[in-house]
Amino acid sequence: MPKPPAPDADLPLNPPPGPGPLFVAFAKAGLMGFGGAQVWVRRALVEERRWMTERDYAEVLGLGQVLPGPNVGNAAVMIGRRFAGLPGSFAATGGLYLFPLIVLMSLVLLWQEFADIPEVAAFMHGLACAAAGMVIGNGLRMTGRLKPPPELIAIGLASTAAAAWLRVPLPVIVLVLGPISIAAVVWRGRRGAGRRL
Amino acid sequence: MSPVAWDLFLFFLKLSLVAVGGANAAVPSMHQEVVELRHWMTDAAFSQGYALASAAPGPNVLFVAVIGWHVAGWQGLAASLVGFLGPTFILAWAVAMLTQRVAHDARMAALRAGLVPVAIGLILATGLVTGAAAARGTGTEVAAAVVITAASALFVWRSNLSPIWTLLAGGVVGLVVMQG
Repeated sequence: MPKPPAPDADLPLNPPPGPGPLFVAFAKAGLMGFGGAQVWVRRALVEERRWMTERDYAEVLGLGQVLPGPNVGNAAVMIGRRFAGLPGSFAATGGLYLFPLIVLMSLVLLWQEFADIPEVAAFMHGLACAAAGMVIGNGLRMTGRLKPPPELIAIGLASTAAAAWLRVPLPVIVLVLGPISIAAVVWRGRRGAGRRL
Repeated sequence: MSPVAWDLFLFFLKLSLVAVGGANAAVPSMHQEVVELRHWMTDAAFSQGYALASAAPGPNVLFVAVIGWHVAGWQGLAASLVGFLGPTFILAWAVAMLTQRVAHDARMAALRAGLVPVAIGLILATGLVTGAAAARGTGTEVAAAVVITAASALFVWRSNLSPIWTLLAGGVVGLVVMQG
């Protein structure tokens, strides 16, 4: 039987980057990162530069999510360390924050001049809606590429509902649904159904 | 360092290690301390700073830099950022070291894989909550907001093009229909 064409996610990875390329990749992701730098970091590392698989990235982000602090900031530290040690962590973190900080402080200093222009407010309003949609689309895209079994989709949707509708505090969600999800992964592994996630 | 900058540093240092879910989850605590308890910022300045930090590119955690700058200038900015990001940097580093050391342990693999659905579920929730917050204004504006959000989600989900196009398109549509 002919082998089916390899899906996008199975192409070979590129060699691990040093601190310089890490800084550039995270700087670009930070600067473009309207409405959530995570979307852009994922795009840069998984789809554009092919330094990590979708699953690798999702796992690092999952760890970054349960640790205190910004999930993408924690991911930058861990990804930087994996590829280039402490210099890698500093390069990724510096790249992620430096340029957005400059842009943000310029906005803060200039804002009084712009605040009353209705065109600016309308443009930013539309952009905010698109950014929210981008974050949703990114979550769907990751799910589609990871192809999780139904019980993990249910746990993911339960997390969404708990956070978005029931407003359950994040640590509670992680402490309750995290262990359930881990148990589901172990159960699926024992059944030997093939898929690891 | 000025006494106020030092106070900022200590406050954000303490907040840092309980801020599971990142800066957005910690915003209510920041408001309580900075506006209600210490009167370092007015309510209006706090809200405007938060809106700017959300609208600007980059991680929303940079809001703590805006607070620091408002309260104690450039010293305050540095004190707040280092206080908030320092401990989480060290913790993430330590966890990365541990998880890499036991990377092939089956329990660690289950832990890492198990956190993925929760993380993605929370990402979806963030998009839904910010999308709902942006769906405001007149009836036309709310309808436009929902359409932009849904179309943008579909675009990012199904196409390989850069999300910058959907952001620009959203801004332009906003410019045309959202000048209420």
